[in-house]
Amino acid sequence: MNSVTTAERQPPVPYIQRTREKYDALGYDEFRWLASEPPAPWAPLRKPLAESHLGLISTGGVYRNGQTAFSYKDDTTYRAIPTDVDTSHLRATHFAYDLTDARTDINCVFPIDTLRRLVGEGAITGLAQSFYTCMGGIYSQRRVREELVPALVERCVDDEIDVVLLVPV
Amino acid sequence: MSMTSARDISASAGVPRGAFLDYPLGHTAGRPNEPELNHSIMADTLAAFEAIDEPGTIVDLSYHWASSDEWKDGAMRPFVPHPGAAAIDDRVERFPEPQYQTDDDAEAAASTHSGRDCLVCAGVDF
Repeated sequence: MNSVTTAERQPPVPYIQRTREKYDALGYDEFRWLASEPPAPWAPLRKPLAESHLGLISTGGVYRNGQTAFSYKDDTTYRAIPTDVDTSHLRATHFAYDLTDARTDINCVFPIDTLRRLVGEGAITGLAQSFYTCMGGIYSQRRVREELVPALVERCVDDEIDVVLLVPV
Repeated sequence: MSMTSARDISASAGVPRGAFLDYPLGHTAGRPNEPELNHSIMADTLAAFEAIDEPGTIVDLSYHWASSDEWKDGAMRPFVPHPGAAAIDDRVERFPEPQYQTDDDAEAAASTHSGRDCLVCAGVDF
């Protein structure tokens, strides 16, 4: 897979620039991208991951069969997915990425089997009782800051985990 | 720690720690039905998690989607049916109602809600 030279590689896709160009072409008004001033917030690791419990938040629109699915318009709700879930019960719904591969194997956007295996190998002590999922593509930064993020932070604090892995899509 | 396949967006948002996987959107944690590859990606991500000591660092993971990077040419481009034509909005409509993967899921959710022990309505598992 890595057989070609670096010279033939392109830099990462400039998504911010291309999204602006795409929306300009469609006649949309100007919009503001999320930009944070450095330095990034920082919390040092208090212990090795091999001694830590890990939580996860995925923005891939993942839900479990039996739960209410996400809507596609500024849905700031979230779902709690028990980490002992049967992987075959997990679903993906989203308006902004190609769902084909996520629906073939949810680990593309919600690496539940991948992380359970790493716990078995001792790379992590354990997983949170629940992982959390939400939508991306929420156009209101204010609603994400005021509604979604505080709710997720509260759940993660209550879960008494040591670290959180974010899996945005 | 944030995995990401959109390096510029994660950098702009200011993630404290990042691991960039240079795959098309929808594959932030790997490829379908490739558990060995995905295990390797996650192991590298966790190693970066422990190694990063400078706020805002994004580590570039050493994986490529294909032997060529041509897939990037068409990523997030306006749909133009033929050269010179106006761009057409080909995005999925942002429906305000729940969008189920299958009809069975919609029935299962309805069944969950009709039960006396509805976790959704209890605010426990929604």
